[in-house]
Amino acid sequence: MNLDEDQPILEVDAVTRYYGERRGCEDVSFEVYPGEVIAVVGESGSGKSTLLNVLSTELEPTSGDVRFRLRDGRMWSLFEMSEAERRLLMRTDWGFVRQDPAQGLRMSVSAGANVGERLMAVGERHFGRLRAAATDWLTRVEIPGDRIDDAPRTFSGGMRQRLQIARNLVSSPRLVFMDEPTGGLDVSVQARLLDLLRGLVDELGLSAIIVTHDLAVARLLSHRILVMRDGHVIEAGLTDQVLDDPQAPYTQLLVASVLQV
Amino acid sequence: MSRPDDSDGITYNFAYLDEQTKRTIRRAILKAIAIPGYQVPFAGREMPMPYGWGTGGVQVTASIIGPDDVLKVIDQGSDDTTNAVSIRKFFIKTAGVRTTMSTEQATIIQTRHRIPETALKPGQVLVYQVPIPEPLRFLEPRETETRKMHALEEYGLMHVKLYEDIARHGHISTTYAYPVRVDGRYLMDPSPTPKFDNPKMDHCPALQLFGAGREKRIYAIPPFTSVVSLDFEDHPFEPTRFDKPCGLCGAEGVFLDEVVLDDEGGRLYACSDTDYCERRRAAGHRGEMLADAPAFVAAPDNGERQ
Repeated sequence: MNLDEDQPILEVDAVTRYYGERRGCEDVSFEVYPGEVIAVVGESGSGKSTLLNVLSTELEPTSGDVRFRLRDGRMWSLFEMSEAERRLLMRTDWGFVRQDPAQGLRMSVSAGANVGERLMAVGERHFGRLRAAATDWLTRVEIPGDRIDDAPRTFSGGMRQRLQIARNLVSSPRLVFMDEPTGGLDVSVQARLLDLLRGLVDELGLSAIIVTHDLAVARLLSHRILVMRDGHVIEAGLTDQVLDDPQAPYTQLLVASVLQV
Repeated sequence: MSRPDDSDGITYNFAYLDEQTKRTIRRAILKAIAIPGYQVPFAGREMPMPYGWGTGGVQVTASIIGPDDVLKVIDQGSDDTTNAVSIRKFFIKTAGVRTTMSTEQATIIQTRHRIPETALKPGQVLVYQVPIPEPLRFLEPRETETRKMHALEEYGLMHVKLYEDIARHGHISTTYAYPVRVDGRYLMDPSPTPKFDNPKMDHCPALQLFGAGREKRIYAIPPFTSVVSLDFEDHPFEPTRFDKPCGLCGAEGVFLDEVVLDDEGGRLYACSDTDYCERRRAAGHRGEMLADAPAFVAAPDNGERQ
């Protein structure tokens, strides 16, 4: 993979999504560069999830376009690809970490099979190699190797979330979408997960788009931040800059409402 | 083409179904043959038997059978268990066709699980009764999604199931309904055939038709089509093997049923294909338990043999 670091991996161009008369998000444009982590923050109902669902092609935009740079360097509009190409992209070059691990995992099959699924989907037919890859990834997300044959049903919330991350990263994706990856976890588990994510993102040079309402998560993980309200991006910039010196009144309110312990 | 039934004066159309229905089912069968392994939806009818008793297979047989056909019906390889007997009687009553227990003489063989041990010939048709046609159902409950997966050849999920087998049991423990790839394209469930019979499906000279009554699907393997059982490179597909020969006829390399003889641990392993076993015994083959076996096992009622 020899991509020019100066070229964006994802271009979001005036994406608008309406649900009938109701606005989901409107006129959102930004670019994601290789290795860059972007946080989308805002209160519930601000359009974060709509935006993420459009970017990951689970929803069609009402207008606007999303373009992705394939491994061969071509920039392709996601909505001009065939469904087969999009689905292939989703299980190879992309990852999607969901808030509820039960949605992103197969709860009834073992952890090893969960991690191996993407490899099998692209044609790996050697049990020994699948096993080795699964063991490797479980170790990397700090799940003990002897849990490889246990179903995620028997895992704690934090372990499930880490398993979900392993399952997504095993195919070496270049872009990962995360929807509230630390939602529903207690604070110490959140901290460990964030630490792990930060390490992996760094090590693998991943690009990621993280939707969260938790400004601490954005601060810790992201390079740039988009603040959304009523479906619009009202402020965007470097994370530290935006959080330390918010310009928009709403962002000031948001930053001010974080409890300081 | 109707014939009156002798006993109660009711007139059935030949082979029970009306001609329009047979034509729609034949169209589905033709489409299934044209796209080997693809599940074709069809307008399944209510049959005078409960779902799970072979309503799919019966509709397929009823649509292709003619007055000159000779029908054999087996259930678990046996010609004289309930399901086989009642379906055979159904066609004797509604179509008046000749029936047989001999695999060689039959032109149509309807089966619930087994493929006969006697090799099938060109011109014969094997009709399977299928309970669950969708091999991906185990991991993907949504029909819309499984159809898409078939359309896009996304079959990785099937290997997830086989992976689970090996992870849990050390080997692929699926012994029946073992998934196959037909003609290098469609993933197919030979349900509920034992995997012992999977190799017989590959390049079989006979036409194989599958009817699922409850799910209203028909699929097919045309003669001489490749059928490959899925596996891993380091865990290749292996058909079931038995360490003993048949206790009644001494046959080796056949599928055996376990028959419990008493409450002291007495067991008999005998051919599941009763026709094959009886033929071998008639030809003078003797298994080591033939003398000890109870009469009902060794010499079942052969009243219907023709």
